[in-house]
Amino acid sequence: MTAEAQLDLSQETSNDGLNLAALKDEKICLEVEDLNLFYGEKQALHNINLQIPEKKVTAFIGPSGCGKSTLLRCFNRMNDLVDIARVEGAIKLNGSNIYEKDVNVADLRRNVGMVFQKPNPFPKSIYENVAYGLRLQGINKRSVLDEVVEWALKGAALWDEVKDRLDDNALGMSGGQQQRLVIARSIAVQPEVLLLDEPASALDPISTLKIEELIHDLKDQYTIVIVTHNMQQAARVSDYTAFMYMGDMVEFDTTDTIFTNPSKKKTEDYITGRYG
Amino acid sequence: MKDKFFKSGEHWVWFNAGAIAISLVMVVGLILLIAVRGLSHFWPADVVVFETQGVDGQTQFAMGEIYGEEVPKGQDPEVAKQILLKTGNRDLYGLDFRWLKIKEIVAQTRRDDVMVLERREWGNFYGFLKSVNVDGSEFANSDSAEANQQLELLIDRANELHEQVKEIEKDDIGSINYDIEQLRLERRRLQLEDADTPEAIAEIREQETKLNAEFEVLQAKMNELYRDAKRDSVVMESIDGKTVTINGMDIVMAFQPNQMGLFSKIGHYFKKAAEFIWDEPREANTEGGVFPAIFGTVMMVILMSIMVTPFGVVAAVYLHEYAKQGFVTRLIRIAVNNLAGVPSIVYGVFGLGFFVYFLGGSIDELFYPEAKPAPTFGTSGLLWASITLALLTLPVVIVSTEEGLSRIPKSIREGSLALGATKIETLWRTVLPMASPAMMTGLILAIARAAGEVAPLMLVGVVKLAPTLPVDGNFPFVHLERKFMHLGFHIYDVGFQSPNVEAARPLVYATAFLLVLVIILLNITAIKIRNRLREKYKSLEH
Repeated sequence: MTAEAQLDLSQETSNDGLNLAALKDEKICLEVEDLNLFYGEKQALHNINLQIPEKKVTAFIGPSGCGKSTLLRCFNRMNDLVDIARVEGAIKLNGSNIYEKDVNVADLRRNVGMVFQKPNPFPKSIYENVAYGLRLQGINKRSVLDEVVEWALKGAALWDEVKDRLDDNALGMSGGQQQRLVIARSIAVQPEVLLLDEPASALDPISTLKIEELIHDLKDQYTIVIVTHNMQQAARVSDYTAFMYMGDMVEFDTTDTIFTNPSKKKTEDYITGRYG
Repeated sequence: MKDKFFKSGEHWVWFNAGAIAISLVMVVGLILLIAVRGLSHFWPADVVVFETQGVDGQTQFAMGEIYGEEVPKGQDPEVAKQILLKTGNRDLYGLDFRWLKIKEIVAQTRRDDVMVLERREWGNFYGFLKSVNVDGSEFANSDSAEANQQLELLIDRANELHEQVKEIEKDDIGSINYDIEQLRLERRRLQLEDADTPEAIAEIREQETKLNAEFEVLQAKMNELYRDAKRDSVVMESIDGKTVTINGMDIVMAFQPNQMGLFSKIGHYFKKAAEFIWDEPREANTEGGVFPAIFGTVMMVILMSIMVTPFGVVAAVYLHEYAKQGFVTRLIRIAVNNLAGVPSIVYGVFGLGFFVYFLGGSIDELFYPEAKPAPTFGTSGLLWASITLALLTLPVVIVSTEEGLSRIPKSIREGSLALGATKIETLWRTVLPMASPAMMTGLILAIARAAGEVAPLMLVGVVKLAPTLPVDGNFPFVHLERKFMHLGFHIYDVGFQSPNVEAARPLVYATAFLLVLVIILLNITAIKIRNRLREKYKSLEH
């Protein structure tokens, strides 16, 4: 093997798949720099570099276990909850590293909301679910809460369905409604970034469609990062797509390019269904 | 056919169902037994007159309620079979009960004019009314309506008088005594602090004089009442012809069981049952009610719950949420679980040594030097009993709270954290409310265990007869240092420490039934609360 070939191989695992030039017209919101993540001895993310544009939808795709959810959970430091997880490198939100020691993690998470795979409403009323984040901030004034709850539920396209039963237990709603409630709960605290971790994977097709429409509406106001198994979904909702494989960031480009003309063989194989 | 039966696992279903059925039968049987034996105690049984002829040919009469029959061990049932008769009249015969050999009985009759007097002392009197003396005028002859009417009047007056005497003794004189004692302690404290200036002492003396004056007034009133009490009396004749004069104030109630119809018997029954629940015990706990014991049991259980729940929950939260899981936490868990298996009497010994003598002694040393050498907290009492039981039941609360915490889905915690909640906010707003049904389960188990516990209590606070309830009208109203009565101990005391064993036996059953009832009530309350919480915080069902 020649030296050039070796160089080529090492670049294969680094960043030549990132077409950051595609982002030249965008304002960058999140910037990942040389991020490595270890679960104990095992390395789950290898030297990730990535930029996520503001007020656009960026999708992470890749086979199961490729690290896309792990990467997503780095953006609001959810991995801190895993005792054995260790992070190296930096993620910059608007230029400042969120892994600095003096960062207030609660503030960060308020700013970077997250919606999980399974709907996880609290066993409280619909109203209290949406008001939860505000109450955490010490906002208890009924008039303010009323206003924000209505605004957030409207934002999550749920208001018309629940406006007459705000005091009902949230657990009595359907799965799709619950997931939109969770989204409403997240946007009620007005975050900058919304992380969606396979938000529609537990839902039926109609609910999925509603969520996708919602994502489309929300991207005017929020930077959205979505992890999905479903490539059609990624193609439908996202502006940019990142393909990950075995903890590596293989390719990043506009969604159109990834799905029509990927530069990497692995990406092509994956989206054409040769493995995954 | 047989193959199919075993293959389908049907035999296991039958086996399990059988086990359940046996447990059920035993529990129901137990409750039925104590209920029937205990509750029948209040029923006014007919009084029967027996005429017996002994071997010497002498004829004797005996009258009373039939309590049971028995053949002495190893003897011929034909010859030696005997019946137990409650004859009452302890002041005449020395005993309430008498065995009659069946073969000596020559006649058994019923007399309608039998009268039973329930007395405050000496037990029941079974006999015939001779005359009633009210305010110095005598109303003779048993079956005249006039005498019966006067008797009724007399008993009403007696009960009213008794009520008044009790009120003055307990409330008024009791509170004066309490105040005088407080003043004595105050003076002693001033002496100890070298602050006993003549002015202060004079002031105390002045108050004492005032209280003494009040006491004199009450004393005079009491004397008057006692004089009133002497004005009425009843003359009774027993079956063997002895005449007894009974002071009016000694009579609680009078009834003629052989004349009573079903409804008046039922009325009498409920009156006696209510007396049992609401009255204080008399005559070495063999008569009267058990109210102080009910009160003590419930109060102790409530105090125990107030102490054990926060403590257990806090411990479980730390153990489950904050402590680093490893060797040490595992060790702690093992220790907690073992704590649940330590015999309760060991807790009693520990409570006596540590809480009563060490903690209580130190408290006395620090805060009540004026009362020395008499202990205030340095002796067994309600507070120490509750704490000892709280310690005893701590493991169940910790274990079930931890279980509840671990059942809360991770997604709920993450959802809260992702909204910018800190760990403590997540715990406080979401996790703990959701775990509250599990905490209640722990509390239910704790109550079930604590309410039935007797052995440790004998060391740390329960007494046979407490002169005062732990709650009364004297500041600070709740007196946690006082000794108290407990239904469980009451059963032991009445059943096994009483001089009058036969009379006590039905009381043992009645008290046992009451204890079971109290525990069931406490448990149902806790279960109701838990079900409401469960409904409120039912977790995600995916």
